[in-house]
Amino acid sequence: MNINLTLIAQAISFALFILFTVKFVWPPLMKAIEERQKQIADGLAAGEQGKQQLEASGKLASEELGKARVRAAEIIAHAEKRGLQMIEEAKNSAKAEGDRLIAGAKSEIQQEVSSAKEALREQVATLVVSGAEKILQREVNAQAHAELLNQLKREL
Amino acid sequence: MATGHELNATSYIQHHLGFKAQAVGDHPFLTLYVDSLVTGAVLGIVATALMWWVARGATSGVPGKRQAFVELLFGFVDDQVKGIFHGKRDFIAPTALTVFVWVLLMNAMDFLPADIMSWILTNVFHQNEFRIVPTADVNTTFALSLSVLFLMIYFSIAVKGLGGWIHELFCAPFGAHPVLWPFNFLFNLVEYVSKPLSHSLRLYGNMYAGEIIFLLLWLWAATSLSGAFFGVILGVGWSIFHILIVVLQAYIFMMLTIVYISMAHESH
Repeated sequence: MNINLTLIAQAISFALFILFTVKFVWPPLMKAIEERQKQIADGLAAGEQGKQQLEASGKLASEELGKARVRAAEIIAHAEKRGLQMIEEAKNSAKAEGDRLIAGAKSEIQQEVSSAKEALREQVATLVVSGAEKILQREVNAQAHAELLNQLKREL
Repeated sequence: MATGHELNATSYIQHHLGFKAQAVGDHPFLTLYVDSLVTGAVLGIVATALMWWVARGATSGVPGKRQAFVELLFGFVDDQVKGIFHGKRDFIAPTALTVFVWVLLMNAMDFLPADIMSWILTNVFHQNEFRIVPTADVNTTFALSLSVLFLMIYFSIAVKGLGGWIHELFCAPFGAHPVLWPFNFLFNLVEYVSKPLSHSLRLYGNMYAGEIIFLLLWLWAATSLSGAFFGVILGVGWSIFHILIVVLQAYIFMMLTIVYISMAHESH
């Protein structure tokens, strides 16, 4: 149990181990630990932030949803109104069209009637003339009696 | 055990407590205890290399089990240092880690069964006398405590300046009056001597006593069947208790290292 050179040799190896640990072992692992601590802190902060954002966006979403509901109701009411209006318009225009068609048909009928009347007049005039001719048993000058005939036609 | 010697209690103990001495000069001081040196160096290299390997591959992401274990050790030491020392821990914390791990491993050599190790060393490595517990050698413990003393003086001078340190040697703790200078100096001198002495002898005493008790138990076990029976039971008990001592002594050694170095940073 003597103190001898072993002491100095052990002190040297101790110094070497300390130096090695100080230089090469401690810094990289401590760096990794500190980085991880920072990452965890950042992650927690980000999580908190995300939670707040989620709350805010939830509020925003419900607001937007309310707005959209109101707008949708407005649109539906408007559309219903517009529909009714369109039906009314269609009814009116149909009615007008019908009236127009009826009027057209009436005037056409009128025209037909008058043209038929005209033709009848012509025929009646011819028949009258030929009847008169037969009654008189002589030639009637058409030109001389044209005025008479026309007068007759008007009376028919 | 020791071939060529008569086997009795004295030779058994002497064999187990004998050093592998290698003279490197004429003076008795110029002797190297190869066993302490080699075991200490091998354990230190294994420990620092392992930690270095883990530290090199360290990720700041999710650590593996290996990294988590080393980080646990780092965190433990760093917390101890943080509690005592207030300042930059770039040097003091890794120093404390080195002290703790190295001393713990050197103490833990005591767990290896003395006679089986002796047989292996004799028959495999052809080392007849080889002590495997470096901390049961005063040279190792004094090497550690004197290195710590050196660090204490170094940091005292580095922090307070040479003048500040000398001023403190003469003016603390009693006062700056010239009459008190010799008392202050004497007091500080005693402190500087007693610190490394108690630091190293506490560890040495514990480990040496542990070794001796194991050897006495094995001696008893060799006497008779009942001796073997009780020796084994007490040996198990002492081994379990010794786990506590080994870890505790390493912890105490580390804590005192931190305390002494941090005290050197404080000015009075």
